[in-house]
Formats: sequence, C-alpha cells, structure tokens
Amino acid sequence: MSTNGQNGNNQRHIIGVLVENQPGVLARIAGLFSGRGFNIESLTVAVTNEPGMSRITLVTTGDQHIVEQIIKQLNKLINVIKVIEFRDMEFVEREMALIKVRADKQSRAEILRIVDIFRAKVVDVSPNSYIIEVTGDEGKISAILELLNQFGILELARTGKAAMARGKKEYGKASKSVKPVKSVEREKEFIDE
Amino acid sequence: MKLTGAQIFFECLKREGVEVIFGYPGGAVLDIYHEMPNHDIKHILVRHEQGAAHAADGYARASGRVGVCLVTSGPGATNTVTGIATAYMDSVPMVIFTGQVPTRLIGNDAFQEVDITGITRPCTKHNYLVKDVRDLARVIREAFYLARSGRPGPVLVDLPKDVIQASTNFVYPETVNLRGYRPTIEPHKGQVQRAAQAIRKAKKPVIYAGGGVIHSGASEELRKLAEMLQIPVTTTLMGLGGFPATLKKGTKEFHPLWMGMLGMHGTYCANMAVSNCDVLFAIGARFDDRVTGKVEAFAPNATIIHVDVDPTSISKSVIVDIPIVGDCKRTLRHLISIFEKEPIQNLDEKRRPWLEQIEDWKKTHPLTYNQNSNIIKPQFVIEKIYELSKGDAVVTTEVGQNQMWTAQFYHFTEPRTLITSGGLGTMGYGFPAAIGAQVARPDKLVIDIAGDGSIQMNIQELITAVCNELPVKVAILNNGYLGMVRQWQELFYNKNYCQTCLSAAPDFVKLAEAYGAVGLRAVTPDEVEPVIKKALEIPKPVIMDFVVDKEENVYPMVPAGKPINEMLLV
Repeated sequence: MSTNGQNGNNQRHIIGVLVENQPGVLARIAGLFSGRGFNIESLTVAVTNEPGMSRITLVTTGDQHIVEQIIKQLNKLINVIKVIEFRDMEFVEREMALIKVRADKQSRAEILRIVDIFRAKVVDVSPNSYIIEVTGDEGKISAILELLNQFGILELARTGKAAMARGKKEYGKASKSVKPVKSVEREKEFIDE
Repeated sequence: MKLTGAQIFFECLKREGVEVIFGYPGGAVLDIYHEMPNHDIKHILVRHEQGAAHAADGYARASGRVGVCLVTSGPGATNTVTGIATAYMDSVPMVIFTGQVPTRLIGNDAFQEVDITGITRPCTKHNYLVKDVRDLARVIREAFYLARSGRPGPVLVDLPKDVIQASTNFVYPETVNLRGYRPTIEPHKGQVQRAAQAIRKAKKPVIYAGGGVIHSGASEELRKLAEMLQIPVTTTLMGLGGFPATLKKGTKEFHPLWMGMLGMHGTYCANMAVSNCDVLFAIGARFDDRVTGKVEAFAPNATIIHVDVDPTSISKSVIVDIPIVGDCKRTLRHLISIFEKEPIQNLDEKRRPWLEQIEDWKKTHPLTYNQNSNIIKPQFVIEKIYELSKGDAVVTTEVGQNQMWTAQFYHFTEPRTLITSGGLGTMGYGFPAAIGAQVARPDKLVIDIAGDGSIQMNIQELITAVCNELPVKVAILNNGYLGMVRQWQELFYNKNYCQTCLSAAPDFVKLAEAYGAVGLRAVTPDEVEPVIKKALEIPKPVIMDFVVDKEENVYPMVPAGKPINEMLLV
C-alpha cells in the first residue's frame, strides 16, 4: 500500500476534455482545479465541429496519482463528455504565440532572418517593433523566444496548447450514442424492497 | 396545453413522486406558492431555510427517496448552502429549488439577487439556472435523475421569476439524455473475480463498510456475505445500521461478527482488526481521514479491495489493490453467488484463530464508562434511550460528543435508522433532520440526540415540529460545554478552555414550553429512566434536558494524524 504523497515525479500532462457547450462549464472545470489544489499551466477552449460541443486542452503538472485523480474528477462533472490523456500514444501538440519585439534599424534584418528560420510570420510592422506570429510545439516556441529576447520582447500572448492524437483513432469523438434512462428506476428499487 | 412555469413545476414534481416539500416563501418564488394550493402536495413551512435543507436531507435519508426543498432567492438561497454541503458530503439525494430574480435583472446586483449556481457549484452534484421555461420540465427531470442515480447527491435548480411566470406547452420528457453522465452500476466481472480470489486466500479478512451500503440498499447482502464467509465487520459512522449490531433489537446480544465503528472514536477491536488484517474489503466507504488516521499506517499489511460507485473515491487517499467501480448491492450479489457456487473449504477451522483474536480484542477493551457517582453520565443516557426505545427508533444526532456516544452506545440493526452529518459535521443538523425523518416515517419514534451547543443552532424549528404535529423527541446531553472542542482543548491544548464554556444557557424546559412543546429535565441518574419513559408516552415534541457530567470524554480516541491502532483508552 502506498499513499497520496508527492513522490517528486512531477511531470507535465496534456489532457483533452470534450464538454457540452453549456454556460458555466469552464467555471466548473476551473473551480475543480482550484478547489482540489490541482495546477493548471495552460488552458485553451473553443468549439468543435460537433454542434454543442467544445474542446478544452489543458496542461497540468503532478505525479501519476494526482493526474489520475484529475481525470476522474473531470469525468465526474456532468457536462464533461470525454477526457483524453495524451500519454502512451502518438500525438501532435501545437501552440501559437504573438510576440511584439523591439525592432530598430540595426536589428530588423536579423529578426527577419530568425522569423524565416522558424517559419514564423511578421503580422504587424511599426517604426520600432514587429509583431511576430509563430506556431509550433513547446520547444520551438521557447527557442524563438530565447533568440528574440536579445532584441527586447515588448509583449507576449500565447494561446496555450492544443493537442490531438495522430492517426486514425478518433479519441476526440464523443463515443457512442447515449442510452436514455428511466429516471424512476433506482428509487423504485428502494421502495420495492 | 399551455402551462405556466409554476404549473409545470408541480406537474413535474407529481411525476417524480414527490409527496412533500420543505420550504420557505419569498418574493422570487411567490408564483410557485400561489399555485401550490391547486396541487396535492404537502408543504412543511420551516422557520429558517437551513432547516428546510436539513429536513429534506433527513427525509431523504430516512426514506431513500429524493428530498425536496423550495426557497426564495438571495438570502433564502444562501441559507440552504450549509444544508446542501452537508448532503453533498454524505451523498444524500436532494433537489433544491431556489427562486431567482427575473432573467433581465441577473447580474445587475438586483434586490435579493445572488449567484447561487456559482456559490453551490463545488457542493452540488450538479446545478442548473433555467433561463427558458421550455427547458424547465427537462431540467427538473434531469435534476431528479442525477440526484438519485449513481452516487446520489444534491442538485440545485435556480428558477428566475419570469421563467416561472412564462407559459409553454408542457411535455414531460420520457427519458433522460445526458451525454456526459453514465454511472457505472454493473461491476467489472474480472475485478470481482480477483476480489473473490483475494478473499478466498485471506486468513485475517475484515469488512469495512460505509454509507454506500445503505444508499444502495445492500445491507441484507452485506450480512449474508459476512455470515457466509465468517468475516468480521466494522462500519464507518455513515455505515452504522448497514450491518446488524445485535441479533435482537434493543438487547446487547451482539452479532458475533460485529466489531463496532472504526476510526478516531472507533472501538479498540475494530481499529486493531483493520490494522492487523491481511485482506480489507472496503465497500461503499471512502477512506475518510477520521477513519484512516495516518494513511501510511492504515491496514499496512492488507490487500485492499475497494468497491465504490464513484471512481473518484477509489485510490484518492489510500491506494487500493483491487478497485471495483460499481453498485454495492450488485457487487455483493456477484460475490455471494461466486461463493455459493464454490464455498471456502474448511471455513470454520480456517477462521478460528482470527475470530478468537477478534473476540479477545473485544474483551480486553470494550466500550465502557463509569456510572457510579450521582452525576449523570452521557453514555448512560444513550444506553437508557436504546433500552427504552427497544432499539427501534430512528435516531438523528447533532455533531460532537453526542454524535460519537450515539454511534458507540445506541446499537443499530437496520439501515436508515441513524441519521447524522458525517462528512461535513454540521452542528444544528440533527433536529431539522429529525423533523424530516418523522415526516418520512410517521409510524416511527424519532429521537434527536443533541448537545446543548448544537441544539441552539436550529432551535427555531421547534415550532415547525409543534405546528405540524411531528412528535420528535430531543435528548440534550447538557454538559455546559462545546464538549468535543473542550475535549480537544483538554487533551491537546493544555486545558485552555477558551470560548467553549456555554454555562450561560437558556432554560431548555421553559424554552420547550414557550414553543408549545413539552420540556423535561433529569439531574440525577435515577431520574433518567422516568424522564425518557414519560417523553416516549407524550404524543408531542418533547425536549429532555439531561444535565450530565461536564468533563466526560469520548474514548477510545485516536489523536489526529496518528495510526488508528494508537488509541487513547479510558
């Protein structure tokens, strides 16, 4: 028997959550994390191709025991349709960042070269700065940020991660149609016996 | 046919089989109250909304049905929050309807507006704000289904005034369609087999049962399995009554496999058995900190099997070896049929050493107290209540020493006969819960075993009991202290009895009379029996004021954070 201790195995985990698009659903998820002392490193949410369904991708840290508990607690929320942990599977993760970087006469050319190497884009130009749009996994975003840092990053907006499993399997689809249930069944059981 | 929101409300309640609402009117729910006389539904008017929530909870626990309460917006709604959290912690099926300001005013800081769905999000199983009357029937249907299915719990439905006033075609949904909610009721066969194998091999097995056994109506199956495999049983506070403590109600002929409650104030035998067992079969229990003590030392040598309908309960605090997600009753039935087909060989011989050890633990440190002075011991009062009610009462408790002594000295043989706030530990719960229980079980004797602190937290409901002719009995163990807190101050805070002395107290006898109830008092041990006897004969609410030993403590006691085999004994 072991216990709910921190065993120093604090890994990052990416979790995809399919939710019903209902008011308050994000508050339920955020409240779950704060109320139970779980971490959120990043969280993205947007609608999916299925009407009435949104997809949340969140990054959290914790040992396997905590992450298991997070997944169970997420599943327990009534508006949560499905929870996918991106683990033991091939998956793609991407993040987009908008970076406003100081760009004066001397540095403009160098910055553009970096943008080019990273297949990023300059989406806004002003006399003293660029806004650069870059998409990629975490490593790529960190790398370009590090390189641009020398010129002076004025502002940074990151979207947080989106993730999806590779290949055929549709982890992100709400499984099965739901079997409707008669609501009085359980109570009848009590009363009959 | 077009119906108003208020009419739909009652039509839905009727179809859900609701016979009684505990409530308190106010501006936002006036339309519902205006409609009420047109429907055949009982309404118990409480005197504080917290009382409504606890009464609905007590009704639900006593009957196994969904408790319903109805209150207005703003303070009406916030006053129910303690009651909702109480029900949530103990998995009680309840639906709470709150009024809300009209939708156009929501978010406007309107008069008596509060974001009650926001406030109750962490203490409800689910909640709804109904913004369109066309959703009302579906939401009520879902609310009742959610409340009673899977792991039961409270569901709140917030009803804006304009939604209740609006009209629509009424269609009661035949089915519930919730994509994100499919509780696992049927246990995994392979896991049940693994559990059976572990139990088969066990030399020193223990059953640790909780409130889930009662919620799923599995006490008969639990007894059957325990007896057929000769496994000693302990339960949590919430599980009391889930296994018969005695062979005959009202006596002290204990069931040979019954060890009593475990945990912080559990019996020596139960705590020793759990600490020394080789297989711990946990069913419908959630390894609460008051049960486990220091988790690292809880059942250290055991293979732990855990059956629970709620997957989040499994491996939350104690990592288990054989998890089984599913309904307690179905799981027990599967196990029974496995062992019926293939019984354990030489069972009696195999169990003898372990059962002898258990018997030895029972004998070395039984629950005990000394009633030798001329001061009433609180445990003596409970023993007398047990004896004179023939063990056949529905007992509610407040929280603290009164609750622990009840758990120790009233011996429960049937499910739904002990009604107590276990998880949240809500003082002021027992009395309104007793009112709800009496509504659910009009034929039964209902007794609230209270302390002089707790009873004052919802004493206003005395008038509810009187005017609804609910002959609830209250036994106050009056020690002039917040007894359990004082006990902690005595043992762990250097006897610094800061703010726990309640010597300035109302005269409970006069108080009862002021409300139109009957008040009785016992000051010496020989007055205890006559007072209880008299109270049981009076067909009205009675308050019994037992002036008891001021500094009696609850033992055994496991200090917080210690292993449960390190008990302070009498």
